[in-house]
Amino acid sequence: MINMFEVNETNKMIEQENLDVRTITLGISLLDCIDSDLDKVNEKIYNKITTYARDLVETGEKISAQYGIPIVNKRISVTPIGLIGGAACKTTEDFVTIAKTLDRAAKKVGVNFIGGYTALVSKGMTPAEELLIRSIPQALASTERVCSSVNVGSTKTGINMDAVKLMGEIVLETAQATRNQDSLGCAKLVVFCNAPDDNPFMAGAFHGVTEADAIINVGVSGPGVVKTALEKVRGEDFETLCEMIKRTAFKVTRVGQLVAREASKMLGVPFGIVDLSLAPTPAIGDSVAEILEEIGLERAGAPGTTAALALLNDQVKKGGVMASTAVGGLSGAFIPVSEDQGMIDAVTAGALTIEKLEAMTCVCSVGLDMIAVPGDTKASTISGIIADEAAIGMVNQKTTAVRLIPVIGKGVGETVEFGGLLGYAPIMPVNNFSCEAFVARGGRIPAPIHSFKN
Amino acid sequence: MKKTIITVVGNDTVGIIAKVCTYLAENQVNILDISQTIVQGYFNMMMVADTSASDKEIATLSKELAALGDEIGVVIHCQHEDIFNVMHRI
Repeated sequence: MINMFEVNETNKMIEQENLDVRTITLGISLLDCIDSDLDKVNEKIYNKITTYARDLVETGEKISAQYGIPIVNKRISVTPIGLIGGAACKTTEDFVTIAKTLDRAAKKVGVNFIGGYTALVSKGMTPAEELLIRSIPQALASTERVCSSVNVGSTKTGINMDAVKLMGEIVLETAQATRNQDSLGCAKLVVFCNAPDDNPFMAGAFHGVTEADAIINVGVSGPGVVKTALEKVRGEDFETLCEMIKRTAFKVTRVGQLVAREASKMLGVPFGIVDLSLAPTPAIGDSVAEILEEIGLERAGAPGTTAALALLNDQVKKGGVMASTAVGGLSGAFIPVSEDQGMIDAVTAGALTIEKLEAMTCVCSVGLDMIAVPGDTKASTISGIIADEAAIGMVNQKTTAVRLIPVIGKGVGETVEFGGLLGYAPIMPVNNFSCEAFVARGGRIPAPIHSFKN
Repeated sequence: MKKTIITVVGNDTVGIIAKVCTYLAENQVNILDISQTIVQGYFNMMMVADTSASDKEIATLSKELAALGDEIGVVIHCQHEDIFNVMHRI
């Protein structure tokens, strides 16, 4: 029988330490919506999403009330639109109509984000995928809830440098197109290497073609819970520290598994994976940087940060894996800058630079995330940063991503405010030595030798 | 049987248990176990209850109990026991 101590521990995690289920994401395949007639494609997409996701928000709220655990977001991911719109879209404007349809469907069912305005071009681009990529600035400027991602490389295929070059320009164009909102469009655009098919977290979520017709993926969070747990083992050795992280990650993930199972049952949709990520929010005490500080660093970014993050990421996975029947997605520790108060403070204090963040992405779960840079950064420089990050992912066989926000009209020392979960960020300096000739080469960086495992 | 855990935490005052139990009785919720302590004037109670005979869903009971807690000046949670089972039992 459960005792009072255990009940209080759980409720304290929820009330004081920001334990929550970050997102229930319903993945929906749109492969059966393909048509050569654009109007029909749009109609089919709208109907399928609004039918399948009709009860998603209500179900989330019901589960939340039943267990007394907040479920912060209910979201939808769909099959990459680069594939779905290929037969019907002949211009970038055609693709934008699909983005608008996704936005309408998201509003109708009440989800705050819909992901999947995506192209998977890790080896090469079809004409349709290139059109989709070129339509991203307009799509993100004319919609509210649509999220976009582009996979430009993988361990198996190498890095598509043509796509990397193009994405540098697209990120900048998206910033321009949404300049009156402090370039907010870029916060909804992720460039991936080794993008997973089952990621429930935005902005990079899409429903992979290897997935079933519909699937429930759940993302749990809880940096605050880990931080508080670690306060109890201050000064103890690494074994004790690791054990504490593992045990806490186990508990947090079990809640995610429970919610996922229940949502799957109530919606009649199979359970996919639990993504056991430490996803920070701008709320005080919900920060990954604060965990790093608790491990023993004065600020995130100090020497030792990469090692501390590596052990944190690994222990989160080890604890979480046993707590769920299937884990996947991005699983690990996120290190977005604008969404994490401790990271923001570290940047402001001068402890954290883009170069250190890049090193940290070798061992964290994703990559350079929610980093505001000066609006006059060159497209080729952004491409260079994307290429570096993709190379880290490709060689280390992990997912990496870049979500940079060149804030048009602002420079280093200024701050940009995105609001809500996206937070705010000090604009960080980038290395402005040119990589133009490198990016301009074109073609593909071949897959690394250790990808040949056959 | 669907077991529900009801917790009441807050400053001690006259009639907390009476009011909570009256509400539960009115809604056909059967109490299976109660444990209660007071630490430095702080009231702390946990009940294990069976809600299967109630017409109301846990979500509704939970909302109404929270409102009752506001009236008395304590915090009341009503949660399905599984959230504790998954977290604390393998």
